[in-house]
Amino acid sequence: MEGIRERLARGEVILGDGAWGTLLMERGLAPGEVPELFNLDRSAVIEEIAALYLDAGAEIITTNTFGGSPLRLEAAGLADRTEALNAGAVAAVRRAVADHAYVSASIGPTGRLLRPFGDTEPARMAEAFERQAAALASAGVDMFCVETMTDLDEATLAVAAIRAVAPRAPILATMTFEQTRRGFYTVMGVSIPAAARGLQAAGADVVGSNCGFGIDTMIEVAREFGRHAGVPIAIQANAGLPVTRNGVTVYPETPGHVAARAPELLAAGVQIIGGCCGTTPAHIRALRALVR
Amino acid sequence: MDILAQIAEQLELGDDERVHGLTRQAIDAGLPPADILNRGLIGGMNAVGEKFRVREIFLPDVLLAAKAMYAGMDLVKPLLVKERVPTRGTVVIGSVRGDLHDIGKNLVGIMLKGAGFDVVDLGADVRAEAFVDAVVSERASIIGMSALLTTTMPVMKDVVDLVTARGLRPSVKIMVGGAPVSADFAREIGADAYAFDAASAVDRARALIG
Repeated sequence: MEGIRERLARGEVILGDGAWGTLLMERGLAPGEVPELFNLDRSAVIEEIAALYLDAGAEIITTNTFGGSPLRLEAAGLADRTEALNAGAVAAVRRAVADHAYVSASIGPTGRLLRPFGDTEPARMAEAFERQAAALASAGVDMFCVETMTDLDEATLAVAAIRAVAPRAPILATMTFEQTRRGFYTVMGVSIPAAARGLQAAGADVVGSNCGFGIDTMIEVAREFGRHAGVPIAIQANAGLPVTRNGVTVYPETPGHVAARAPELLAAGVQIIGGCCGTTPAHIRALRALVR
Repeated sequence: MDILAQIAEQLELGDDERVHGLTRQAIDAGLPPADILNRGLIGGMNAVGEKFRVREIFLPDVLLAAKAMYAGMDLVKPLLVKERVPTRGTVVIGSVRGDLHDIGKNLVGIMLKGAGFDVVDLGADVRAEAFVDAVVSERASIIGMSALLTTTMPVMKDVVDLVTARGLRPSVKIMVGGAPVSADFAREIGADAYAFDAASAVDRARALIG
Protein backbone atom coordinates (compact mmCIF):
# COMPACT_ATOMS: atom_id res chain seq x y z
CA MET A 1 0.00 0.00 0.00
CA GLU A 2 1.16 3.51 -0.75
CA GLY A 3 2.16 5.48 2.32
CA ILE A 4 -0.58 7.52 3.95
CA ARG A 5 1.57 10.66 4.04
CA GLU A 6 1.94 10.67 0.27
CA ARG A 7 -1.78 10.21 -0.26
CA LEU A 8 -2.63 13.01 2.16
CA ALA A 9 -0.09 15.27 0.46
CA ARG A 10 -1.93 14.71 -2.82
CA GLY A 11 -5.13 15.89 -1.14
CA GLU A 12 -6.82 12.51 -0.93
CA VAL A 13 -9.53 11.88 1.65
CA ILE A 14 -9.06 8.63 3.57
CA LEU A 15 -11.80 6.77 5.41
CA GLY A 16 -11.16 5.59 8.97
CA ASP A 17 -13.14 3.09 11.00
CA GLY A 18 -15.87 3.56 13.60
CA ALA A 19 -16.33 2.62 17.24
CA TRP A 20 -14.88 -0.50 18.81
CA GLY A 21 -16.26 -0.37 22.35
CA THR A 22 -19.92 -0.62 21.40
CA LEU A 23 -19.18 -3.53 19.03
CA LEU A 24 -17.17 -5.33 21.69
CA MET A 25 -20.08 -4.95 24.13
CA GLU A 26 -22.42 -6.55 21.62
CA ARG A 27 -19.95 -9.43 21.49
CA GLY A 28 -19.71 -10.07 25.20
CA LEU A 29 -17.48 -7.38 26.71
CA ALA A 30 -18.81 -7.35 30.27
CA PRO A 31 -19.37 -4.17 32.26
CA GLY A 32 -16.06 -3.27 33.81
CA GLU A 33 -14.00 -5.78 31.86
CA VAL A 34 -10.71 -4.49 30.41
CA PRO A 35 -11.34 -4.36 26.62
CA GLU A 36 -7.65 -5.03 25.82
CA LEU A 37 -7.98 -8.55 27.27
CA PHE A 38 -9.97 -9.46 24.16
CA ASN A 39 -6.77 -9.02 22.12
CA LEU A 40 -5.41 -12.26 23.58
CA ASP A 41 -8.34 -14.13 25.07
CA ARG A 42 -10.90 -13.58 22.31
CA SER A 43 -8.86 -12.39 19.37
CA ALA A 44 -11.35 -13.88 16.90
CA VAL A 45 -13.75 -11.11 17.94
CA ILE A 46 -11.09 -8.50 17.21
CA GLU A 47 -10.49 -10.01 13.79
CA GLU A 48 -14.22 -10.04 13.12
CA ILE A 49 -14.66 -6.32 13.95
CA ALA A 50 -11.59 -5.35 11.91
CA ALA A 51 -12.96 -7.34 8.97
CA LEU A 52 -16.37 -5.65 9.31
CA TYR A 53 -14.80 -2.20 9.07
CA LEU A 54 -12.54 -3.25 6.21
CA ASP A 55 -15.55 -4.60 4.36
CA ALA A 56 -17.43 -1.35 5.03
CA GLY A 57 -14.67 0.49 3.21
CA ALA A 58 -12.41 1.75 5.98
CA GLU A 59 -8.78 2.14 4.99
CA ILE A 60 -7.54 2.84 8.50
CA ILE A 61 -8.28 0.18 11.10
CA THR A 62 -7.59 1.05 14.71
CA THR A 63 -6.13 -1.37 17.23
CA ASN A 64 -8.01 -2.16 20.44
CA THR A 65 -5.31 -0.55 22.59
CA PHE A 66 -6.94 2.72 23.69
CA GLY A 67 -6.37 1.80 27.35
CA GLY A 68 -3.14 -0.09 26.70
CA SER A 69 -0.62 2.16 28.41
CA PRO A 70 0.90 0.52 31.48
CA LEU A 71 -0.28 3.45 33.62
CA ARG A 72 -3.85 2.67 32.70
CA LEU A 73 -3.49 -1.12 32.74
CA GLU A 74 -1.90 -0.83 36.19
CA ALA A 75 -5.28 0.08 37.67
CA ALA A 76 -6.52 -3.38 36.68
CA GLY A 77 -3.31 -5.09 37.76
CA LEU A 78 -2.33 -5.75 34.14
CA ALA A 79 0.69 -3.47 33.66
CA ASP A 80 3.04 -6.44 33.36
CA ARG A 81 1.06 -7.61 30.32
CA THR A 82 1.52 -4.33 28.42
CA GLU A 83 3.67 -5.85 25.68
CA ALA A 84 1.51 -8.93 25.15
CA LEU A 85 -1.81 -7.06 25.08
CA ASN A 86 -0.58 -4.41 22.66
CA ALA A 87 1.21 -6.88 20.38
CA GLY A 88 -1.84 -9.16 20.41
CA ALA A 89 -4.04 -6.28 19.29
CA VAL A 90 -1.83 -5.50 16.30
CA ALA A 91 -1.51 -9.15 15.31
CA ALA A 92 -5.28 -9.69 15.37
CA VAL A 93 -6.04 -6.65 13.19
CA ARG A 94 -3.21 -7.54 10.81
CA ARG A 95 -4.59 -11.07 10.37
CA ALA A 96 -7.93 -9.55 9.38
CA VAL A 97 -6.79 -6.77 7.06
CA ALA A 98 -3.36 -7.91 5.78
CA ASP A 99 -2.14 -4.94 3.72
CA HIS A 100 -5.58 -3.82 2.52
CA ALA A 101 -5.76 -1.13 5.22
CA TYR A 102 -3.42 0.85 7.45
CA VAL A 103 -3.20 -0.63 10.92
CA SER A 104 -3.38 2.36 13.25
CA ALA A 105 -2.19 1.98 16.83
CA SER A 106 -4.60 3.64 19.24
CA ILE A 107 -3.18 5.39 22.29
CA GLY A 108 -5.67 6.98 24.69
CA PRO A 109 -5.28 8.97 27.90
CA THR A 110 -3.63 7.33 30.91
CA GLY A 111 -6.49 8.39 33.15
CA ARG A 112 -3.97 10.20 35.35
CA LEU A 113 -3.49 13.90 35.90
CA LEU A 114 -0.07 15.48 35.61
CA ARG A 115 1.43 17.53 38.41
CA PRO A 116 0.54 20.04 39.80
CA PHE A 117 -3.13 19.19 39.16
CA GLY A 118 -2.72 15.50 39.84
CA ASP A 119 -0.03 13.24 41.23
CA THR A 120 1.70 11.95 38.09
CA GLU A 121 5.18 13.09 37.10
CA PRO A 122 5.61 13.89 33.39
CA ALA A 123 8.60 11.53 33.22
CA ARG A 124 6.49 8.65 34.48
CA MET A 125 3.77 9.37 31.93
CA ALA A 126 6.32 9.68 29.11
CA GLU A 127 7.83 6.35 30.09
CA ALA A 128 4.40 4.70 30.05
CA PHE A 129 3.61 6.02 26.56
CA GLU A 130 7.03 4.96 25.29
CA ARG A 131 6.54 1.45 26.58
CA GLN A 132 3.15 1.15 24.90
CA ALA A 133 4.36 2.75 21.66
CA ALA A 134 7.42 0.47 21.54
CA ALA A 135 5.23 -2.61 21.95
CA LEU A 136 2.93 -1.42 19.17
CA ALA A 137 5.78 -0.40 16.87
CA SER A 138 7.61 -3.69 17.16
CA ALA A 139 4.37 -5.55 16.43
CA GLY A 140 4.35 -3.78 13.05
CA VAL A 141 1.76 -0.99 12.86
CA ASP A 142 1.49 1.39 9.91
CA MET A 143 0.67 4.52 11.90
CA PHE A 144 -0.29 5.78 15.34
CA CYS A 145 -3.41 7.49 16.58
CA VAL A 146 -3.31 9.48 19.82
CA GLU A 147 -6.95 10.14 20.66
CA THR A 148 -9.56 11.50 23.07
CA MET A 149 -6.98 13.70 24.76
CA THR A 150 -8.05 16.70 26.84
CA ASP A 151 -4.69 17.71 28.32
CA LEU A 152 -2.27 19.10 25.74
CA ASP A 153 0.72 18.19 27.92
CA GLU A 154 -0.39 14.57 28.06
CA ALA A 155 -1.12 14.52 24.32
CA THR A 156 2.28 15.96 23.43
CA LEU A 157 4.01 13.50 25.77
CA ALA A 158 2.28 10.70 23.85
CA VAL A 159 3.24 12.09 20.44
CA ALA A 160 6.83 12.66 21.53
CA ALA A 161 7.01 9.13 22.98
CA ILE A 162 5.91 7.68 19.65
CA ARG A 163 8.46 9.83 17.81
CA ALA A 164 11.16 8.50 20.13
CA VAL A 165 10.46 4.85 19.38
CA ALA A 166 9.13 5.12 15.81
CA PRO A 167 10.84 8.13 14.21
CA ARG A 168 9.22 7.76 10.80
CA ALA A 169 5.72 6.53 11.68
CA PRO A 170 2.82 8.79 10.66
CA ILE A 171 1.07 10.12 13.78
CA LEU A 172 -2.50 11.29 13.97
CA ALA A 173 -3.38 13.20 17.16
CA THR A 174 -6.90 14.22 18.12
CA MET A 175 -8.42 15.86 21.16
CA THR A 176 -11.97 16.13 22.53
CA PHE A 177 -13.58 19.57 22.76
CA GLU A 178 -16.69 21.00 24.40
CA GLN A 179 -18.63 23.97 23.15
CA THR A 180 -18.47 26.85 25.63
CA ARG A 181 -19.75 30.40 25.49
CA ARG A 182 -16.28 31.46 24.40
CA GLY A 183 -15.77 28.78 21.78
CA PHE A 184 -14.39 25.27 21.77
CA TYR A 185 -12.18 24.13 24.64
CA THR A 186 -11.24 20.78 26.16
CA VAL A 187 -12.25 20.30 29.77
CA MET A 188 -8.63 21.08 30.62
CA GLY A 189 -8.95 24.45 28.89
CA VAL A 190 -7.12 23.74 25.61
CA SER A 191 -8.37 25.77 22.62
CA ILE A 192 -8.30 24.52 19.04
CA PRO A 193 -5.48 26.88 17.95
CA ALA A 194 -3.41 25.76 20.96
CA ALA A 195 -4.09 22.10 20.18
CA ALA A 196 -3.19 22.49 16.50
CA ARG A 197 0.01 24.34 17.33
CA GLY A 198 1.08 22.06 20.20
CA LEU A 199 0.35 18.75 18.50
CA GLN A 200 2.13 19.80 15.32
CA ALA A 201 5.14 21.03 17.25
CA ALA A 202 5.33 17.69 19.06
CA GLY A 203 5.52 15.92 15.70
CA ALA A 204 1.97 14.99 14.71
CA ASP A 205 1.38 14.56 10.96
CA VAL A 206 -2.38 14.95 11.25
CA VAL A 207 -4.33 16.85 13.93
CA GLY A 208 -8.00 17.09 14.73
CA SER A 209 -10.76 15.92 17.01
CA ASN A 210 -12.58 12.78 18.04
CA CYS A 211 -15.45 11.85 20.35
CA GLY A 212 -17.44 14.93 21.40
CA PHE A 213 -21.07 15.79 20.83
CA GLY A 214 -21.86 14.49 17.36
CA ILE A 215 -21.27 15.50 13.80
CA ASP A 216 -23.07 18.85 13.89
CA THR A 217 -20.66 20.42 16.39
CA MET A 218 -17.75 18.56 14.78
CA ILE A 219 -18.30 20.56 11.60
CA GLU A 220 -17.62 23.73 13.60
CA VAL A 221 -14.58 22.11 15.21
CA ALA A 222 -13.25 21.10 11.78
CA ARG A 223 -13.67 24.62 10.41
CA GLU A 224 -11.70 26.06 13.30
CA PHE A 225 -8.94 23.48 12.84
CA GLY A 226 -8.96 24.44 9.16
CA ARG A 227 -8.09 28.02 10.12
CA HIS A 228 -5.23 27.02 12.42
CA ALA A 229 -3.72 23.70 11.34
CA GLY A 230 -0.74 23.54 9.03
CA VAL A 231 -1.16 19.79 8.50
CA PRO A 232 -4.08 17.57 7.37
CA ILE A 233 -7.12 17.33 9.64
CA ALA A 234 -8.81 14.21 11.03
CA ILE A 235 -12.33 14.13 12.44
CA GLN A 236 -13.92 11.11 14.12
CA ALA A 237 -17.25 12.14 15.64
CA ASN A 238 -19.51 10.24 18.01
CA ALA A 239 -22.91 9.26 16.68
CA GLY A 240 -24.30 11.99 18.93
CA LEU A 241 -24.61 11.85 22.71
CA PRO A 242 -26.00 8.57 24.08
CA VAL A 243 -29.62 8.44 25.17
CA THR A 244 -31.50 5.71 27.00
CA ARG A 245 -34.44 4.12 25.20
CA ASN A 246 -36.30 1.33 26.97
CA GLY A 247 -33.33 0.68 29.19
CA VAL A 248 -30.91 0.41 26.31
CA THR A 249 -28.20 2.97 25.64
CA VAL A 250 -28.33 4.14 22.05
CA TYR A 251 -26.47 6.74 20.03
CA PRO A 252 -28.97 8.85 18.10
CA GLU A 253 -27.17 9.75 14.86
CA THR A 254 -27.99 7.37 12.03
CA PRO A 255 -25.64 6.49 9.17
CA GLY A 256 -27.91 8.60 6.94
CA HIS A 257 -27.59 11.66 9.14
CA VAL A 258 -23.81 11.35 9.38
CA ALA A 259 -23.47 10.89 5.61
CA ALA A 260 -25.73 13.87 4.97
CA ARG A 261 -23.59 16.21 7.09
CA ALA A 262 -20.19 14.75 6.18
CA PRO A 263 -19.72 16.82 2.98
CA GLU A 264 -19.44 19.87 5.23
CA LEU A 265 -16.54 18.20 7.02
CA LEU A 266 -14.84 17.60 3.69
CA ALA A 267 -15.52 21.19 2.65
CA ALA A 268 -13.77 22.29 5.84
CA GLY A 269 -10.68 20.47 4.63
CA VAL A 270 -10.94 17.23 6.60
CA GLN A 271 -8.82 14.49 5.00
CA ILE A 272 -9.30 11.65 7.44
CA ILE A 273 -12.89 10.95 8.38
CA GLY A 274 -14.22 8.18 10.57
CA GLY A 275 -16.40 7.61 13.60
CA CYS A 276 -16.08 7.41 17.36
CA CYS A 277 -18.43 6.11 20.10
CA GLY A 278 -21.68 4.70 18.74
CA THR A 279 -20.70 4.58 15.08
CA THR A 280 -20.88 1.23 13.29
CA PRO A 281 -19.77 -0.39 10.05
CA ALA A 282 -23.06 0.94 8.61
CA HIS A 283 -21.93 4.51 9.36
CA ILE A 284 -18.59 3.89 7.65
CA ARG A 285 -20.30 2.28 4.68
CA ALA A 286 -22.53 5.36 4.36
CA LEU A 287 -19.45 7.59 4.27
CA ARG A 288 -17.66 5.51 1.68
CA ALA A 289 -19.54 6.97 -1.28
CA LEU A 290 -18.48 10.48 -0.27
CA VAL A 291 -14.83 9.64 0.02
CA ARG A 292 -14.29 7.80 -3.21
CA MET B 1 -11.76 43.66 52.15
CA ASP B 2 -12.57 41.50 55.15
CA ILE B 3 -10.48 38.45 55.75
CA LEU B 4 -13.20 35.97 54.76
CA ALA B 5 -13.61 37.66 51.39
CA GLN B 6 -9.84 37.49 51.01
CA ILE B 7 -9.90 33.76 51.75
CA ALA B 8 -12.56 33.28 49.09
CA GLU B 9 -10.60 35.37 46.61
CA GLN B 10 -7.29 33.58 47.15
CA LEU B 11 -9.07 30.23 46.99
CA GLU B 12 -10.47 31.18 43.58
CA LEU B 13 -6.93 32.01 42.47
CA GLY B 14 -5.77 28.60 43.67
CA ASP B 15 -3.18 29.99 46.09
CA ASP B 16 -3.04 27.32 48.77
CA GLU B 17 -0.31 29.02 50.82
CA ARG B 18 -2.25 32.29 51.05
CA VAL B 19 -5.47 30.47 51.92
CA HIS B 20 -3.66 28.56 54.63
CA GLY B 21 -2.15 31.74 56.07
CA LEU B 22 -5.38 33.74 55.92
CA THR B 23 -7.36 30.93 57.51
CA ARG B 24 -4.80 30.77 60.30
CA GLN B 25 -5.14 34.54 60.75
CA ALA B 26 -8.93 34.34 60.85
CA ILE B 27 -8.83 31.62 63.48
CA ASP B 28 -6.32 33.58 65.58
CA ALA B 29 -8.53 36.66 65.29
CA GLY B 30 -11.30 34.64 66.94
CA LEU B 31 -13.69 34.39 64.00
CA PRO B 32 -16.19 31.55 64.37
CA PRO B 33 -14.91 28.47 62.48
CA ALA B 34 -18.33 28.00 60.91
CA ASP B 35 -18.09 31.48 59.38
CA ILE B 36 -14.59 30.82 58.08
CA LEU B 37 -15.88 27.66 56.47
CA ASN B 38 -19.15 29.00 55.07
CA ARG B 39 -18.27 32.52 54.03
CA GLY B 40 -14.60 32.00 53.26
CA LEU B 41 -13.88 28.53 51.97
CA ILE B 42 -17.34 27.45 50.80
CA GLY B 43 -18.02 30.92 49.42
CA GLY B 44 -14.87 30.73 47.33
CA MET B 45 -15.52 27.19 46.15
CA ASN B 46 -19.08 28.05 45.14
CA ALA B 47 -17.77 30.81 42.92
CA VAL B 48 -15.24 28.39 41.42
CA GLY B 49 -17.98 25.82 40.77
CA GLU B 50 -20.17 28.38 39.07
CA LYS B 51 -17.35 29.62 36.83
CA PHE B 52 -16.43 26.06 35.90
CA ARG B 53 -20.03 25.24 35.09
CA VAL B 54 -20.07 27.88 32.38
CA ARG B 55 -16.44 27.06 31.46
CA GLU B 56 -15.20 30.50 32.33
CA ILE B 57 -12.45 28.46 34.01
CA PHE B 58 -11.36 24.86 33.39
CA LEU B 59 -10.48 21.70 35.26
CA PRO B 60 -6.91 22.71 36.19
CA ASP B 61 -8.24 25.88 37.87
CA VAL B 62 -10.78 23.84 39.83
CA LEU B 63 -8.14 21.37 40.97
CA LEU B 64 -5.84 24.12 42.17
CA ALA B 65 -8.75 25.86 43.95
CA ALA B 66 -9.59 22.54 45.60
CA LYS B 67 -6.04 22.23 46.89
CA ALA B 68 -6.35 25.72 48.33
CA MET B 69 -9.71 24.83 49.89
CA TYR B 70 -8.22 21.77 51.58
CA ALA B 71 -5.33 23.90 52.88
CA GLY B 72 -7.88 26.00 54.76
CA MET B 73 -10.22 23.19 55.65
CA ASP B 74 -7.46 21.19 57.33
CA LEU B 75 -7.20 24.02 59.86
CA VAL B 76 -10.92 24.61 60.34
CA LYS B 77 -12.21 21.03 60.41
CA PRO B 78 -10.75 20.08 63.83
CA LEU B 79 -12.32 23.21 65.37
CA LEU B 80 -15.71 22.41 63.88
CA VAL B 81 -15.51 18.89 65.27
CA LYS B 82 -14.51 20.25 68.70
CA GLU B 83 -17.41 22.70 68.66
CA ARG B 84 -19.75 19.98 67.41
CA VAL B 85 -20.88 22.07 64.47
CA PRO B 86 -23.15 19.76 62.49
CA THR B 87 -22.28 19.05 58.87
CA ARG B 88 -24.83 18.88 56.11
CA GLY B 89 -24.58 15.10 56.12
CA THR B 90 -22.33 12.41 54.73
CA VAL B 91 -22.13 11.32 51.11
CA VAL B 92 -20.38 8.14 50.00
CA ILE B 93 -19.05 8.54 46.45
CA GLY B 94 -17.21 6.39 43.95
CA SER B 95 -16.86 5.34 40.33
CA VAL B 96 -18.58 2.01 39.83
CA ARG B 97 -16.94 -1.39 39.39
CA GLY B 98 -14.90 -1.53 36.22
CA ASP B 99 -14.81 2.22 35.74
CA LEU B 100 -11.40 3.71 36.30
CA HIS B 101 -12.41 7.25 35.44
CA ASP B 102 -12.38 9.30 38.55
CA ILE B 103 -11.81 12.89 37.50
CA GLY B 104 -15.53 13.69 37.31
CA LYS B 105 -16.19 11.85 40.54
CA ASN B 106 -13.33 13.72 42.22
CA LEU B 107 -14.88 17.00 41.13
CA VAL B 108 -18.17 15.98 42.69
CA GLY B 109 -16.30 15.20 45.92
CA ILE B 110 -14.57 18.58 45.84
CA MET B 111 -17.81 20.46 45.28
CA LEU B 112 -19.70 18.51 47.95
CA LYS B 113 -16.95 19.19 50.49
CA GLY B 114 -16.97 22.78 49.35
CA ALA B 115 -20.70 22.88 50.12
CA GLY B 116 -20.21 21.57 53.64
CA PHE B 117 -20.92 17.87 53.22
CA ASP B 118 -18.73 15.17 54.70
CA VAL B 119 -17.50 13.05 51.82
CA VAL B 120 -16.28 9.46 51.94
CA ASP B 121 -14.56 8.82 48.62
CA LEU B 122 -14.23 5.12 47.83
CA GLY B 123 -12.21 5.84 44.70
CA ALA B 124 -12.66 4.14 41.33
CA ASP B 125 -13.63 0.58 40.40
CA VAL B 126 -15.88 0.24 43.48
CA ARG B 127 -17.89 -2.94 44.05
CA ALA B 128 -21.62 -2.69 44.84
CA GLU B 129 -21.06 -4.25 48.28
CA ALA B 130 -18.41 -1.66 49.11
CA PHE B 131 -20.85 1.21 48.48
CA VAL B 132 -23.46 -0.37 50.71
CA ASP B 133 -21.02 -1.36 53.47
CA ALA B 134 -19.63 2.18 53.54
CA VAL B 135 -23.03 3.84 53.70
CA VAL B 136 -23.79 1.75 56.79
CA SER B 137 -20.44 2.13 58.56
CA GLU B 138 -20.21 5.87 57.84
CA ARG B 139 -23.88 6.49 58.66
CA ALA B 140 -24.14 8.27 55.34
CA SER B 141 -27.39 9.50 53.87
CA ILE B 142 -26.45 9.54 50.21
CA ILE B 143 -24.59 7.31 47.76
CA GLY B 144 -23.21 9.15 44.74
CA MET B 145 -22.10 6.96 41.84
CA SER B 146 -20.25 7.89 38.68
CA ALA B 147 -19.81 5.96 35.42
CA LEU B 148 -18.10 7.27 32.33
CA LEU B 149 -18.55 4.20 30.21
CA THR B 150 -21.71 2.74 28.77
CA THR B 151 -20.19 -0.61 29.71
CA THR B 152 -20.18 0.17 33.41
CA MET B 153 -23.53 1.96 33.73
CA PRO B 154 -25.45 -1.27 34.49
CA VAL B 155 -23.40 -1.66 37.69
CA MET B 156 -25.34 1.32 39.07
CA LYS B 157 -28.51 -0.71 39.06
CA ASP B 158 -26.78 -3.47 41.04
CA VAL B 159 -26.01 -0.93 43.75
CA VAL B 160 -29.59 0.38 43.83
CA ASP B 161 -30.89 -3.19 44.07
CA LEU B 162 -28.45 -4.07 46.83
CA VAL B 163 -29.40 -1.01 48.88
CA THR B 164 -33.03 -2.04 48.54
CA ALA B 165 -32.30 -5.68 49.36
CA ARG B 166 -30.49 -4.67 52.54
CA GLY B 167 -33.56 -2.71 53.64
CA LEU B 168 -31.80 0.65 53.61
CA ARG B 169 -34.38 2.42 51.46
CA PRO B 170 -35.78 5.00 51.60
CA SER B 171 -33.51 6.56 54.21
CA VAL B 172 -30.43 6.15 51.99
CA LYS B 173 -30.72 8.25 48.84
CA ILE B 174 -28.90 7.45 45.63
CA MET B 175 -27.69 9.85 42.99
CA VAL B 176 -25.91 9.05 39.75
CA GLY B 177 -23.94 10.92 37.14
CA GLY B 178 -21.30 10.66 34.40
CA ALA B 179 -21.17 11.35 30.69
CA PRO B 180 -23.41 8.54 29.39
CA VAL B 181 -25.86 8.74 32.32
CA SER B 182 -29.17 10.57 31.93
CA ALA B 183 -32.19 11.49 34.05
CA ASP B 184 -34.14 8.78 32.22
CA PHE B 185 -31.55 6.19 33.09
CA ALA B 186 -31.56 7.29 36.74
CA ARG B 187 -35.33 6.88 36.86
CA GLU B 188 -35.23 3.49 35.18
CA ILE B 189 -32.78 1.99 37.64
CA GLY B 190 -34.61 3.47 40.62
CA ALA B 191 -32.05 6.11 41.65
CA ASP B 192 -33.35 9.20 43.44
CA ALA B 193 -31.51 11.81 41.43
CA TYR B 194 -29.39 12.46 38.39
CA ALA B 195 -26.72 15.13 38.44
CA PHE B 196 -25.54 16.57 35.15
CA ASP B 197 -22.32 17.96 36.60
CA ALA B 198 -20.49 18.54 39.87
CA ALA B 199 -22.35 21.77 40.66
CA SER B 200 -25.73 20.17 40.11
CA ALA B 201 -24.63 17.21 42.27
CA VAL B 202 -24.47 19.69 45.15
CA ASP B 203 -27.97 21.01 44.35
CA ARG B 204 -29.33 17.45 44.19
CA ALA B 205 -27.64 16.41 47.43
CA ARG B 206 -29.11 19.44 49.21
CA ALA B 207 -32.55 18.65 47.85
CA LEU B 208 -32.32 14.96 48.80
CA ILE B 209 -31.52 15.51 52.45
CA GLY B 210 -32.61 19.09 52.96
